[in-house]
Amino acid sequence: MATAIGLAGQVDWDVPEQTGLWKDAWVRFRRNRLAVAGLVVIVLMIVLALGARLPTAPGGLWRILHLTNEPFLQDVTNSYATPSLQHPLGTDILGRDQLSRILYGASISLTIGIVVQFLILGIGGSIGMAAGYFGGWIDNLLMRFTDIMYAFPDLLLVLVFVAAFGPSFWSIFIALGLVYWVGLARLVRGQVLSIKEKEYVEAAIMTGTSPLKLIVKHLVPNSLGPVIVTLTFGIPAAIFTEAALSFLGIGIRPPEPSWGVMIEDGYAGIFADPRQVIFPGIAVALTMLSFTFVGDGLRDALDPRMRR
Amino acid sequence: MGQTLLQIEDLHTQFFTSRGVVRAVDGVSLHIDAGETLGVVGESGCGKTITALSVLRLVPEPGKITSGRILFRGRDVTKMEDEEIRDFRGSDVAMIFQDPMTSLNPVTKVGFQIEEAMTAHNRFSASLAKTRVVELLKRVRVPAAETRVKDYPHQFSGGMRQRAMIAMGLANEPSLLIADEPTTALDVTVQAQIIQLMKQLNRELGTAMMLITHNMALVASLCQRVVVMYAGRIVEEGPVEQIFRSPQHPYTWSLLRSVPRVDEARKDRLVSIRGLPPDLTNPPPGCKFHPRCPFVVDRCRVEEPSLGEVALNQVARCWVLMRNVKEEDVAAAKASALSIEAAQKLKADAEAAAAEVDSVAGS
Amino acid sequence: MTADPILLRVAGAFKHFPISGFGGGAVRAVDGVDLEIRRGETLGLVGESGCGKSTLARLITALLPATAGKIVFDGQDITRLKGWRLRRVRRKMQMIFQDPFASLDPRMTVGDILQEPLDNFAIGSMRDRRRRVQELLRLVGLNPNFTNRYPHEFSGGQRQRIGIARALAVNPSFIVCDEAVSALDVSIQAQIINLLQDLQKEFQLTYLFIAHDLAVVRHLSDRIAVMYLGKVVETAGRNDIYERPQHPYTKALLSSIPVPDPAVERERAPISLKGEIPSPVNPPSGCRFHPRCPIARVPGICSEQEPPLEPHGARDQVAACHFAGQA
Repeated sequence: MATAIGLAGQVDWDVPEQTGLWKDAWVRFRRNRLAVAGLVVIVLMIVLALGARLPTAPGGLWRILHLTNEPFLQDVTNSYATPSLQHPLGTDILGRDQLSRILYGASISLTIGIVVQFLILGIGGSIGMAAGYFGGWIDNLLMRFTDIMYAFPDLLLVLVFVAAFGPSFWSIFIALGLVYWVGLARLVRGQVLSIKEKEYVEAAIMTGTSPLKLIVKHLVPNSLGPVIVTLTFGIPAAIFTEAALSFLGIGIRPPEPSWGVMIEDGYAGIFADPRQVIFPGIAVALTMLSFTFVGDGLRDALDPRMRR
Repeated sequence: MGQTLLQIEDLHTQFFTSRGVVRAVDGVSLHIDAGETLGVVGESGCGKTITALSVLRLVPEPGKITSGRILFRGRDVTKMEDEEIRDFRGSDVAMIFQDPMTSLNPVTKVGFQIEEAMTAHNRFSASLAKTRVVELLKRVRVPAAETRVKDYPHQFSGGMRQRAMIAMGLANEPSLLIADEPTTALDVTVQAQIIQLMKQLNRELGTAMMLITHNMALVASLCQRVVVMYAGRIVEEGPVEQIFRSPQHPYTWSLLRSVPRVDEARKDRLVSIRGLPPDLTNPPPGCKFHPRCPFVVDRCRVEEPSLGEVALNQVARCWVLMRNVKEEDVAAAKASALSIEAAQKLKADAEAAAAEVDSVAGS
Repeated sequence: MTADPILLRVAGAFKHFPISGFGGGAVRAVDGVDLEIRRGETLGLVGESGCGKSTLARLITALLPATAGKIVFDGQDITRLKGWRLRRVRRKMQMIFQDPFASLDPRMTVGDILQEPLDNFAIGSMRDRRRRVQELLRLVGLNPNFTNRYPHEFSGGQRQRIGIARALAVNPSFIVCDEAVSALDVSIQAQIINLLQDLQKEFQLTYLFIAHDLAVVRHLSDRIAVMYLGKVVETAGRNDIYERPQHPYTKALLSSIPVPDPAVERERAPISLKGEIPSPVNPPSGCRFHPRCPIARVPGICSEQEPPLEPHGARDQVAACHFAGQA
């Protein structure tokens, strides 16, 4: 083949088998069993939550399939029912089916956990990118502002925002976004500062790459790995904060069955029926644990130093 | 020459990785006499460093010495008990590394670290060790040694750190010093000072030295005998003068002609070795060098040669040998590195583009 | 327009990096450099670590703004250029970097890396660009079908070729090679050196070849400039500088290099310099080499007066020393 092309020079014709960057990361992710288990749980949870929400909620697909009941349907004659075929996890004080409420609550918790990350990415990512890329007084200004935000206790700040906006799904969403971007901004700034020093960025500038293209094609893709990991760890944090807020009574309002609301409801009658707290508690713990495992797995998989 | 100090016999060191067994050292036999300086040369991944680490039984995981004997004054290092090997390291054999910063503790004073190296082996009493530290630093020509013992490693420059490392290596008066690329990280003028120092120490103290390097010039400067390694094997061995004057293995020959000499006006292209070193989990059949060898014959592809005597004290692992290679084949080994056809196409493109720019500028 | 034999002229270039915090001061990385690079030649730039050669490379390529001084490329002052005007200069001026592992974006395929300059300068149609990328790979001896591979799949030498192909993508006339072969194994280093030589012949390139290895620099260069502590101390033809070094630092540097020949090595006596390279924050007065110089007159002219670069020795040879050429 070499002669057919008419090469006078010496050619390195061979290269080891192809390993795409993301494919490579996926292979390493798969080696971590806990992470894979976490991912399975999360996917399952998302499917269940979607099913509970999508086809003409409340209760959704599962109600139509007669797998669970209507999450808002009260039956005071049947309060604190023990688990049975009809109510697999029993009922609460108002006789509402616990399983359907937990599944419905999953949709709220997961939505908050995941969607908030986009807000965090938007705020923290752009502030960090601007600070790292421009440097100088812009960096100084943005980072001092970040430090100030960082100095406040997270939960207190969330409380302030929620109180200001009035309790609702959207105010929690915005409050969490406005508070939790700080860590990401610092991370992205650090990433950008270190990537800016790399020779491939100099090379890109030398080949005439414009500043905008430099950010989009080089700085963003190369800082993505740690950002994804941080956001993954951010999901359980947001879910937990939402649960805490709802538990304190300033988050999601009843009768919407967020997990925090359910724990608060059950807390009143914890001695009468501890299941009221245990089942939603397990749901919160399982979700948080799964995301944490996935985050761990991603961190190892996306770290270029881990490459063979 | 003196008596044999270190004798390595058929050493195999392998790494058991997820991709398979890496034969890093694959049947190496060599010896070092007392007071001698031996150069071990080769490119990265040829097994020279792993050979040295095997002597000290410091092969990192997942590597293992799988067979062979390493005799130091008749004692087999591979069979030593843990306590014995600890005593052996440092007091009989010392090693200095390429980057002294990684082997010096950054939070401990330099003097104390050298002192510790001595007291750990119980060769010197604590009070004697203290006075010897200054002596040692003076010996390796650290200026103002009396005050510098109280400095931390970061207060030393690169060259001074390497001197301190050598001082620590010499602390227990070992009979063999293994130096792994001791000057590679240093600037040329500093490098010259360290080479000078190592020469002097070898002469004054009679410490034998095993110099591991990729730099042929360094070997020419410091060593009496040289071993050339490729893909875990010794391909050539002999006295330095002989190897440099008439290398017989094509790899040795290429190595010597692939680096320009500062004392020669440019007259010739460099010899470049095509391709890459082999994957040691799956080495090529026959001679390990044959896929890259410019003088390959059919036999090289199927049958591996053994180390055969090619001159007095000189052995080489080759079916062809450089003395049998014709002039025109040597010339072919320096062929163009470019694809001429691709170059012409690119040039045509450039001219077309330039013409376009001109016509735009003209209009 | 192309009559000027000087392609690049550096006039009184300074680069000081301010030190933040109390006390202030600055690292005087490049401290008054004058340099000329002629069309079609290779100028070698040597010096030990910290002498400012890499900073100078970044001033010349306008990757860093100069604190003072002028850089004139092809008749155009590029010192204060910004935006698209600067980008346009870079079509003619490229750079090859030291670290083949850090100079290619790990998240981009080789095809994208080589196509980036073509996209940026809108060279040819999309189809032309793709074909050109393949030609470039073939040119440097790599398989043209590997455009969809990532840099980490290649060895150090192969990556360095990709870096060279990228520099060639836009048909530059001038390439700065910043320690382009230092990180490579000896046999691979020879491949790259030969490749650079062949490319120069084929495409009439002008090189600024920066390295700490004097042997490689002598092999590749037509003229050699020696830097010490932010300044050029001597410039001469490649053979003159070796045979008749005029500056004592050049002499010491040359005498320090071991030669792969045991017979020569037995005779070689390196000139040992006293002390260490002073800090570029606070360089010595007068000639900045005087504290280490074996022939300096201190106290005297050497510690008081800074010597200018003046003709000494052979034709075309300049040195900055009050006692140039004296042993």
